[in-house]
Amino acid sequence: MPPDSTRRQRLRILVQEVAGKPAPEDEQESLFESGLLDSFALPDLVSAIEKEFTVKVPDSDLNPRKFDSIARMDAYLADHAG
Amino acid sequence: MSAYLHGFGAHVPERVVANAELAGRLGRDAEWIEKVSGILERRWAAPEVTVAGMGVAAAEDCLRKAGIAANTLGMLIVASGSGARGFPGPAAEVAARLGLDSTPAIDLPIASAGSLFGLALAMRLAETQGDILVVAAEKMSALIDNDPNTAILFGDGAGAALVSARPGRWRMLDAVLHTDGQYRGDLAFDATGPLRMNGLTVILQAARKIPSSITEVLGRQNISAQQVAIFLLHQANLNLLTRVAKSLGVGPEKMFANVQRYGNTSSASMLIAASEWSETNPAPGPVVFSAFGAGFHWGALVASEG
Repeated sequence: MPPDSTRRQRLRILVQEVAGKPAPEDEQESLFESGLLDSFALPDLVSAIEKEFTVKVPDSDLNPRKFDSIARMDAYLADHAG
Repeated sequence: MSAYLHGFGAHVPERVVANAELAGRLGRDAEWIEKVSGILERRWAAPEVTVAGMGVAAAEDCLRKAGIAANTLGMLIVASGSGARGFPGPAAEVAARLGLDSTPAIDLPIASAGSLFGLALAMRLAETQGDILVVAAEKMSALIDNDPNTAILFGDGAGAALVSARPGRWRMLDAVLHTDGQYRGDLAFDATGPLRMNGLTVILQAARKIPSSITEVLGRQNISAQQVAIFLLHQANLNLLTRVAKSLGVGPEKMFANVQRYGNTSSASMLIAASEWSETNPAPGPVVFSAFGAGFHWGALVASEG
């Protein structure tokens, strides 16, 4: 499934809400390596994604790499959102 | 099956290592350490102090408080992820130094969650084995290098708990234990060291699995999180304890916390916390133990006074 610009915009807003700072312009940029999010923000981000997109991320998918960037979150949701 | 917790014990080394001491060595400031972990200081054991030595000190403290002689024990369980040898583990030395020469002594090399697994096993074995002493001892300072993400967290110490089928203060009601080995590389100490931790994965998994195991065991006993008098969790990180409280819908004051003073003492932390809590004239009501650690291993146990 191709990238969804609306979904990416919603993800960008979620990242900004959790981080308290603007999300990076580069949607491939690692949110953790850039220091925007730390390990304790990650559970909050996953919970926010579950709520916003009405999906349940199973424990087996709780891999930081799947939520490392806006592009990767979008790809995950493309595969899993209903 | 009936099993009771009769008491707890603890031992921590004398040497206090404050954040300021670590800050220069690690290239981070003391405020950053406190912000990301909630830790203000930890205890580090002297080079000659062993895991077994700290375990014996906690065991003796527990036995004294419970009014039990070591030679009446039916089993000894020793949890540690930082024993000095591959084998035998520290259980044999702890047993020998307690004067036990035929009592079964079992090692649980389960970092962080070992004391929880020990309590759960003791709960199920007490009727057949008699009094069981669960000890958890860790010398985590020997496993770390100058990686600030791990070096700031860990401390040394030991805790102990006496479990018996004889009626005691806290009746052990139920326990759930889980393991998911696909994450075994995300928190590990190989023979060559140092300790390796993928903090993002550990926190992401722990933040989900600790509340879910607590909810699971409380649900089986028809107890709500709000009814619980105190949560005695593995003291990994103050931020994680706060997050677990939020997930369970209880206030942070329900999470007993001493990670600020001792750091993360891995499997020992839950029993050190229990020992300190038990000396505070605690209010009656359900008590929840929970831990998450290398493996990943995790779970929860509920007990109640009476």
